Amino acid sequence: MQNPQHPPLPAGLDFARLLFGRLTWDALPLHEPIVVGTFLVVAAVGLAVLAGVTRYRLWGYLWREWFTSVDHKKIGAMYVILGLVMLLRGFVDALMMRAQQALSFGQSHGFLPPHHYDQLFTAHGVIMIFFVAMPLVVGLMNFVVPLQIGARDVAFPFLNNFSFWMTAGGAVMMMLSLFVGEFASTGWLAYPPLSGLAFSPGVGVDYYIWALQIAGVGTLLSGVNLVATIIKMRAPGMSLMKMPVFAWTALCTNVLIVATFPVLTAVLALLSLDREAGTHFFTNDLGGNPMMYVNLIWIWGHPEVYILILPAFGVFSEIVPTFSRKPLFGYVSMVYATIAITVLSYLVWLHHFFTMGAGGDVNGFFGITTMVISIPTGAKIFNWLFTMYRGRVRLELPMLWTLGFMVTFVIGGMTGVLLAVPAADFVLHNSLFLVAHFHNVIIGGVVFGMFAGINYWFPKAFGFRLDEFWGRVSFGFWLVGFYVAFMPLYVLGLMGVTRRMSHFDDPSLRIWFVIAAVGAGLILLGIVSFVVQIAVSVKNREALRDLTGDPWDARTLEWSTASPPPEYNFAFTPVVHENDAWWDMKARGYQRPSAGYLPIQMPSNTGAGVILAAISVVIGFGLVWHIWWLAAAAGAGLLAAAIGHSFPDAGERVIPVEHVVGVECSRSDMIRSVA
Amino acid sequence: MSAASQLRLVASRPRTQFHLTEPYHPENSVLLGFWIYLMSDCLIFSVLFATFGVLGRNYAGGPSGAALFELPVVAVNTGLLLVSSFTYGMAMISAQGGARRSALAWLGVTGLLGCGFLGLELSEFAHLIGEGAGPQRSAFLSSFFTLVGTHGLHVAFGVIWLTTLMVQVARRGLTETNLRRLMCLSLFWHFLDVIWIAVFSFVYLLGALK
Amino acid sequence: MKFSKAVLALPLLFGLCACKMVVMDPAGDVALQQRNLILLATGLMLLIIVPVISLTLLFALRYRASNIAARYAPDWSHSAPLEFVVWAAPLAIILVLGSVTWVSSHTLDPYRQLDRIAAGRPVPAGVKPLRVQVVALDWKWLFIYPDLGVATVNELAAPIDTPIDFDITSSSVMNSFDAPALAGQIYAMPGMQTRLHAVVNRPGVSEGFSANYSGDGFSGMRFRVEGLRRDDFNRWVTRIRAGGAQLTRADYLRLARPSSAVPIRHYAAVDHGLFSAVVNQCIEPGQACMSAMSAPPYGPVAGRRDPAMSMASGSGMRPGSANGLSLSKGQ
Repeated sequence: MQNPQHPPLPAGLDFARLLFGRLTWDALPLHEPIVVGTFLVVAAVGLAVLAGVTRYRLWGYLWREWFTSVDHKKIGAMYVILGLVMLLRGFVDALMMRAQQALSFGQSHGFLPPHHYDQLFTAHGVIMIFFVAMPLVVGLMNFVVPLQIGARDVAFPFLNNFSFWMTAGGAVMMMLSLFVGEFASTGWLAYPPLSGLAFSPGVGVDYYIWALQIAGVGTLLSGVNLVATIIKMRAPGMSLMKMPVFAWTALCTNVLIVATFPVLTAVLALLSLDREAGTHFFTNDLGGNPMMYVNLIWIWGHPEVYILILPAFGVFSEIVPTFSRKPLFGYVSMVYATIAITVLSYLVWLHHFFTMGAGGDVNGFFGITTMVISIPTGAKIFNWLFTMYRGRVRLELPMLWTLGFMVTFVIGGMTGVLLAVPAADFVLHNSLFLVAHFHNVIIGGVVFGMFAGINYWFPKAFGFRLDEFWGRVSFGFWLVGFYVAFMPLYVLGLMGVTRRMSHFDDPSLRIWFVIAAVGAGLILLGIVSFVVQIAVSVKNREALRDLTGDPWDARTLEWSTASPPPEYNFAFTPVVHENDAWWDMKARGYQRPSAGYLPIQMPSNTGAGVILAAISVVIGFGLVWHIWWLAAAAGAGLLAAAIGHSFPDAGERVIPVEHVVGVECSRSDMIRSVA
Repeated sequence: MSAASQLRLVASRPRTQFHLTEPYHPENSVLLGFWIYLMSDCLIFSVLFATFGVLGRNYAGGPSGAALFELPVVAVNTGLLLVSSFTYGMAMISAQGGARRSALAWLGVTGLLGCGFLGLELSEFAHLIGEGAGPQRSAFLSSFFTLVGTHGLHVAFGVIWLTTLMVQVARRGLTETNLRRLMCLSLFWHFLDVIWIAVFSFVYLLGALK
Repeated sequence: MKFSKAVLALPLLFGLCACKMVVMDPAGDVALQQRNLILLATGLMLLIIVPVISLTLLFALRYRASNIAARYAPDWSHSAPLEFVVWAAPLAIILVLGSVTWVSSHTLDPYRQLDRIAAGRPVPAGVKPLRVQVVALDWKWLFIYPDLGVATVNELAAPIDTPIDFDITSSSVMNSFDAPALAGQIYAMPGMQTRLHAVVNRPGVSEGFSANYSGDGFSGMRFRVEGLRRDDFNRWVTRIRAGGAQLTRADYLRLARPSSAVPIRHYAAVDHGLFSAVVNQCIEPGQACMSAMSAPPYGPVAGRRDPAMSMASGSGMRPGSANGLSLSKGQ
């Protein structure tokens, strides 16, 4: 893919320049067979989906019930679906990288030219972190937290819808870059000066910046939303120290989001000023300092790691007690461990670049603070362990993923502490050992955690359990595939192989890359099995139906309501007396009330979120391609739309009491039918 | 509902009561949410201050702050913004007293002061760029223009918001929603004032000292 | 101490796998100490990792729901002694590892002059370190030997058992100078200068490369590292000097143009002050040197160790004029 260069245009073409900026027909990668093929597949799948939706007349349903919904449960589900769809894209990138590295030895240069390969690993990292892990984590929190704390919705339901669509808008920018122009070829954090105008003149870095800026607004607002929700909307009696641990980790995660994403926003804004306005923040000349960027981006980047892993810790803290039929061991120390990790995550950013040459005192300090994080993390692992101790452990799907996590994550933790020793990092930094390490903690921690959470809460969200057999197959392939794919990378790291290489000379390395590629193939089977698991479960949904609302005999409030929960979550606001509120209710012979229902006030759906996010994507597109009139017009439109949206008071509607009675009575019938 | 009253509410119930029989309305979260947003905005300014702190002496052979800044103009500007905070306070007092007309008048004065601030700032920028001391000249000037300009953008946004609110108050009166919105803008406006005091001290005063 | 012996046997185990683990079997003393540190840290952590993994599997098996024989304590969720262990065990390991880290961060600081060439062998009196100036170019490495007056591209040779002092910079974007057999890596950054101290203890060839992605030609940015006996090294220098090629500033500008997988080149003579000019970004005629544009406002460059400086200040990492001068001294 060539860098779009702009030869001076004849005077007559200036108009085209004004109208289309730097967007020309060359931006369509028609000469790239791989990209064209990908486009055809995406277009075919997309058209099939659109045709299906039209055929079954689902547009109205989708628009009314989902796209414009302010219901936290539906928004949560949409986040998770977005994350899973983007997982497919990010994983295809991974497969291509593994194939390239297994093929490109000696005379052979594989099937990807360096410039394409460089975009692949950049896109892979960006997609997996921002558009897979983040939506999965945020989606799960969105769905679970209000239910767990006994609330009817989040604090700002419209903002929640808007946040989702901004995240989706960022993903749209990502996908656009694949087919119109190019993506950044700078690595997922786009270090300058490589990402500066001088060395990356094309649109790739601009796509990167605006995809992240648009998605970042969504993430930040959803962070504000969930913090306010957890602080203000807990059910009566649920003091902070009676909150489920998942709600605690969600609180800490969202505090981290609010306190770090602005840093990302600011640093990317400075980078775009360097590129668009000719400033000198991170340039080589006129006083700029690229290391300033590296520091700032990691001040966001390291807490980001904990933004991803803390909710996964929360998921495990719910699953282990449920499937061991025991309360969580050491609840208080679990909470303090979470808070400790939250605070410490700000004190370690420099360990990402010990090799900058900061000297023994600085490196030693950051190395030790990094290791200190392993103390609360270790305490957490022990707490899960002792929760299983003298329990009745049911090895159902969520628990399997949890066990896989406990074994895998500690290995990743160990190699992480190893990398935190500065003197050891000098030989391991940026090697495939590092790549193996962070995949070890992100797959072993975040991905396993999300799959555990999806298997655990799926029946709550959709009213039927996921198929056990295909779930076990998927888990098996993921677990084995992970080890086969990444253990060779540890070995290669010790052989002195660095990351982001598109070609190798030394043939003795090859066998390890081939093994890693086989591992990636196994993970592919794991992903396919997961898709099959969903399909089989949907097909057999009647057999898998959960009528009780509490399929796992669980402990927290979300299991006290129906599966799927009614739009108002709880007909009566729960009153909490103890930790594990639902378990407490069951233990004390709680009876569902059968009378005394009241009408319930709920917020109305609105299309404003979709519209505002769509305008934001247009602004982003205009800025990427230097179509200034478009960006300006869309910017004015955004302002006008936002002001217009603020005029009517937030819409509210009342669910009449007859409706509530109807819903609750049919639930009573369901429960009776089981008994 | 405060945490204490919540606890009382629960303590007064039998240990086996697991749900409320009356409607339950958690306290409105808008002010808390807006406060959290402001803190995140504050972080953006922290990054810009840090950047200025690091790059603020990298003149790259170009002019320094001491050579460029005209403190009297900046002092007038600071005065405008401080007075506008005061007038906003007066607007809030009127609004809470239910005096719509005087609230609108004070809001109008606040908006005009904000516009005055922006006008002076823009003329200062134009003057600097005219002298060849634009943001492209050196890392110092890049970080100066970005920090001060970001604050200016916030003020401009505040003026637009203020105008919108004036229309809303004029149309619907001092409803509960509008009062809450006025309160949010009040937080925002005073927040910008605090940021400006930091800008004035660290950027202009310290810069002019050298 | 059986355990530590077992850990030390690990590299042997890796040796069986028919792969060259340069990190586990390096050619230089610094990298050897780094390897020992890796093994020590791994051993320390295995003390806690192995029990955790075993207990996880054991508990899952022992307390599986179908095993009715196992004890079941449905309400047990707290035990002060256990909680103490839960926090104290990782704390104890981290205390030990933290101390090791603090000490090794200083003794193995890449900026520190070597005081030994191998365990129990201090640097002999009268041995002067070999100075090498390293410039990362798009996408190849330039090595200037200021005391010998020669330069090479993509080849780094050094006499064994002699300390080597690297001064490192980059011409355009960030790279990382990495010779895993010698001493690992340090960033090469444009407009800044970093340092690395190393020694090679046995003759032989290994590979060096950039460990920080720097653009399309990155994969071909590799160099040959060779340890030579003293007289072999002298012959190597003589051979280069006999080659006669010059590296003037104009040649440098041509060399600096992007190219990848560049074959080894030798230069018998190098423009004086070239490295300093690269660091100060004033190679091209008419460019003002950074060092001349502003006096470092925060004091001399030696302030590198001030954390605020190295993280925060460009001028902290960058040579002022004083440093620029000392670089060209002795050329």
